[in-house]
Amino acid sequence: MNNFSYSRPQSAPEAVKLGGVDATMFLAGGTELLNWMRLGISAPAQVVDIGLVAEMRGIRKEGNSLWIGALTTLAQIEADPLVRKEAPVLAEACLRAASPQIRNRATLGGNVLQKTRCPYFRAEGQLPWPCNKREPGSGCAALEGAHERHAIFGWTDACVATQPSDPIVALSCLEATIAVVGQRKSREIPAAGFHVTPQEATRIAAARGREAQVETQLGAGELISAFRVPLGNSTRSAYVKVRERESYEYAAVSAAAAIVIDAGRIQRLRIALGSVAQRPWRLVEAEQALIGKPLERAVLAAAIDASMREARPLAHNQFKVRLAANAAVRAVEAAGKRT
Amino acid sequence: MNGFHATHAGENTVNEPVSRRNFLKASSAVASSSLVSSSSQAEMQLARPANPPAGFSDRLSLRFEVNGKQVAVELEPRVTLLDYLRERAGLTGTKKGCNEGACGVCTVLLDGKRVNACLTLAASCDGARITTVEGLASANGTLHPVQAAFIEHDAFQCGYCTPGQVVSAVACIHEGHASDAATVHEWMSGNLCRCAAYPQIAAAVLDAAKKGERA
Repeated sequence: MNNFSYSRPQSAPEAVKLGGVDATMFLAGGTELLNWMRLGISAPAQVVDIGLVAEMRGIRKEGNSLWIGALTTLAQIEADPLVRKEAPVLAEACLRAASPQIRNRATLGGNVLQKTRCPYFRAEGQLPWPCNKREPGSGCAALEGAHERHAIFGWTDACVATQPSDPIVALSCLEATIAVVGQRKSREIPAAGFHVTPQEATRIAAARGREAQVETQLGAGELISAFRVPLGNSTRSAYVKVRERESYEYAAVSAAAAIVIDAGRIQRLRIALGSVAQRPWRLVEAEQALIGKPLERAVLAAAIDASMREARPLAHNQFKVRLAANAAVRAVEAAGKRT
Repeated sequence: MNGFHATHAGENTVNEPVSRRNFLKASSAVASSSLVSSSSQAEMQLARPANPPAGFSDRLSLRFEVNGKQVAVELEPRVTLLDYLRERAGLTGTKKGCNEGACGVCTVLLDGKRVNACLTLAASCDGARITTVEGLASANGTLHPVQAAFIEHDAFQCGYCTPGQVVSAVACIHEGHASDAATVHEWMSGNLCRCAAYPQIAAAVLDAAKKGERA
């Protein structure tokens, strides 16, 4: 790991000011950034450790929404009675992420900024293979390589990576927003549109007139300060994570669902898939098709299967289409069983 | 060897035969001094400014409580809690395995919560209380109930993951996540054992929990 200069401010304005210095990165829990610095994904000249910024930590009800500070750890969220009652899908997504040790350090803000687990991307030093994320313009080794775990939506020949975060899938189905503070202004970004697919990144790059491996809407020097989760439609919500071992593993696919039912009929439904694209993937078509329908497996499966028709699997991950559809059905059923 | 031992200030080596541990410590002193020079070269190659920008530092004066003792130390910002414990504090009970948060052998308690020391900067722990595996047994040498249970249940083979397993188990029990085998397996999933002593480890954790011990 290259050395860097270090600062540990106590307030958000101070942190943002320090973050405006060229070649500076923010450090929260450190469970991602330390590995980026070891692998050579990042080599910041300065690091701003925001761990002491108390105003960015905590969970509270504000009006009809839940405010979650960006520095709140996954362990705090999974155990929080308010989150478990009002938005169980988020508590479950945090609980199923990583390990107990990592969840004690990893923050929600840092979690959504994690990068893909693509093995061609996450290798040390000078790579002997192409990777556009590491070396723009070099190509994508995964496109013709080992890509069983890669994208089925939104990819381009330049990149077939997925975003592996569990909480962002829950936040997407909850229609949460992400509060961001910058050098000059603060703004809120919908969680479902916070990450961008390589397809969307290509359009952004074309608009800016230069090549860019854009992965999120976050601008230079901007810092995530909090998450806002609207309440009222989320007590019946659930997260299903499908993985190759029972615990402490990234998702092959995952699905989050939030449902409102009245007299046995679906009134409102939100479904988001995880690890199928470089952002959480909402099944908007199925959400609309299922309004007024009974909560029956065959009915759900037909609508969700139809919604998956736009999937574009790679040569070796066709299975993820079926896996994701089944996970979505299970998530909706699990959400419906909640009271 | 005496020359090497002399570099460990405060370590009593006068009449001590060359043990495996001391030999390894001496070897690592050589290895770490060569690391220092190569990292100095890396710093030069980086061509970082001679002085850090306003508000940033290149040398940090840090204070921790390590296993009940107050410690003051000066470190570079990039030093992880794991490297500080092993290379500077001489607490080699905490192991380095994957060094990327995948294996759990570096598990320590930070303000009472289990964390991966390899994924934590020492700088982020300024002012914190750290407990390593060396801090679990009583001053008179009586083992912590979790340590005793690991021996009783033969909860290891090669032993490399054991310090991390033990520290993690202390936290797991304290958190109330040791009610049954399935719960223990889930909440101990951050500690890998490539010898696969998992059934014995779970039995030891459950037994220690049942005996009502708290960290």
